[in-house]
Amino acid sequence: MHPVIHLDHVTRVYGEGDSAVHALRGVNLTVHAGELVAIMGTSGSGKSTMLNILGCLDVPTDGHYVLDNVAVETMSKPQLADLRNAKLGFVFQGFNLLARTSALENVELPLLYRRGTPVKNPRERAIAALERVGLGKRLDHHPSMLSGGQQQRVAIARALVTEPTVLLADEPTGNLDSRTSIEVMALFQALNDQGITVILVTHEPDVAQYAKRVIEMRDGQIRKDHPVTDRHIAADDLAALDASTPMEEAA
Amino acid sequence: MTGQTVFRMALKSIFKNKMRTALTMLGIVIGVGAVIVMVAIGNGAQAQIKSQISGLGTNLIVVTAGSVNTGGANQGAQSFNRLTVDDVDAIKREATLLAGVSPVIVTRTQIVGGTGNWRAEVDGVSTDFFTIRDWATTSGDLFTDEDVRTKRTVVLLGATVAKNLWPDSDPVGQEIRLGKTPFTVAGVLAPKGQTANGSDQDDVVIVPYTTAQTRLNGFSFLGQILASASSPATLAPAQEEIKGIMRAAHAIPNGGTDDFTVRDQTAIAKAATSTSSIMTSLLAAIASVSLIVGGIGIMNIMLVSVTERTREIGIRMAIGARGADVMLQFLVESIVMCLLGGLLGLVAGVGGAALVGHFTGWSIATPASAVFLAIGFSAAVGIFFGFYPARKAAALDPIQALRFE
Repeated sequence: MHPVIHLDHVTRVYGEGDSAVHALRGVNLTVHAGELVAIMGTSGSGKSTMLNILGCLDVPTDGHYVLDNVAVETMSKPQLADLRNAKLGFVFQGFNLLARTSALENVELPLLYRRGTPVKNPRERAIAALERVGLGKRLDHHPSMLSGGQQQRVAIARALVTEPTVLLADEPTGNLDSRTSIEVMALFQALNDQGITVILVTHEPDVAQYAKRVIEMRDGQIRKDHPVTDRHIAADDLAALDASTPMEEAA
Repeated sequence: MTGQTVFRMALKSIFKNKMRTALTMLGIVIGVGAVIVMVAIGNGAQAQIKSQISGLGTNLIVVTAGSVNTGGANQGAQSFNRLTVDDVDAIKREATLLAGVSPVIVTRTQIVGGTGNWRAEVDGVSTDFFTIRDWATTSGDLFTDEDVRTKRTVVLLGATVAKNLWPDSDPVGQEIRLGKTPFTVAGVLAPKGQTANGSDQDDVVIVPYTTAQTRLNGFSFLGQILASASSPATLAPAQEEIKGIMRAAHAIPNGGTDDFTVRDQTAIAKAATSTSSIMTSLLAAIASVSLIVGGIGIMNIMLVSVTERTREIGIRMAIGARGADVMLQFLVESIVMCLLGGLLGLVAGVGGAALVGHFTGWSIATPASAVFLAIGFSAAVGIFFGFYPARKAAALDPIQALRFE
């Protein structure tokens, strides 16, 4: 089986000469289909640069990146855009939904940028994606009318609607309270169980506990790469939370 | 992304900021409206001048008596009156490029008849005169060659004269006196209005030139000879032909100075129309300054919009929009805004031109091309002033754009 992601000695240098910043210093990484990977690290560890490169928003200074059998480093800017559209789904910390635009239209948007043959029934597919994240009844709601957790679900639906090879999430729970965080992680786990590859960046060990594999970065290199031994199931944690007293919940 | 989707998205984001869009569009509305009003005014003036000139007569050629030197002092045009009916006959006989030629004997006299009296110009002419001046009657009939030959005392009244002497009734068949001679009114001429310099062409009565010579002033010399070329193309050769015939008739030796002048109206017509078309262009140029100012307003707002929507651009790029998609989106927004402004400007311009015409009494001619003018200009403004902001949006780095607060 081909890996969906393969990084081979990837480096990323910003600037030149003395002022050059080495954000990535030779990263090797292979991710297979069906994995749920958490990339951890402090700020400045290179995890954001890594996510930008994985997300085809940036290209390596040196080294090779193969995404689903496509050599990314040879692509032009428009080709990268097409690649993001066809193979990747993004979820951001700040949700990044279009304001004053309904949930349905937000989710529909990636399908409208599809190259080649236009997507059939984009509206129906957007509705299906929203139903998949449990927001089938809030199609016409604008982001300002939704809670943080609901907005993040819309964002996840938008990432899912193109049926991407990989779902990339950048601190997806960073702007959410702990209970909502667990709800969102439960959604990621459920989607992963359905076969979707998920890579998320986080600095919270609690969140990383829901992944199957954790990669720890420091100074632009991968320091640790290990499977999660005591993996948490978000759905169980939610049930436990519901069973606990209101006092504890408030705490 | 289909054109329809791009258009729909553009409309949506334009209407998200209604007040701002309305104010921005106002610049284009005023610009396009001003251009249309100015062109309509200029066009109206041009049309009026053209109709006045063609009212003088089609392909008109005027022969007047020339100047003469008396003891070294030039006495100026028509100082020596030597145009005669013989000249007219010679031209009539020999010219091949003319549709008609007529002597004109001009005098002024007191006209008595109808409800009172009136002083007006009396022109003695032949029947060709009516062809040359393209003049018909509104009632009664023109006089005939027979009337000219037999020197009958028939008269045609200009519209102004007829109105002054017979304000309420038709003067045809009535008796009037020109000076002391009684004439019968044969007809009333169709009104021709004012000339370009404001004199009333209808304040005139017309009689056979033979009658004028024998009954009114007794001169055998003519004030002028009017002719008309058979077509606009023969206007120049026809004048040369007349010159040749006149020189032979007056026995002017080779190298001798003409004692007559031959002129046509094209010089006047050209000068007048070119003046008015320069005025039209000038007015339109001034008005288009406001269109440019409107365009700068569009550019300004589009730049603000690109900055405000940096994050949106980042999101769109992250989910697969190419730079070209983003560029097209902003360009279409700018063009749609300008086109909407242009259409409103068209309505405002046509309405404004009508109002100007109503209140000033100027003749206004809104050209049919105003529609294309409005649409073309506003689309051009949209593309030109929308291009830079759109390119700026397309050139954004998605990572930077997504981080933008």
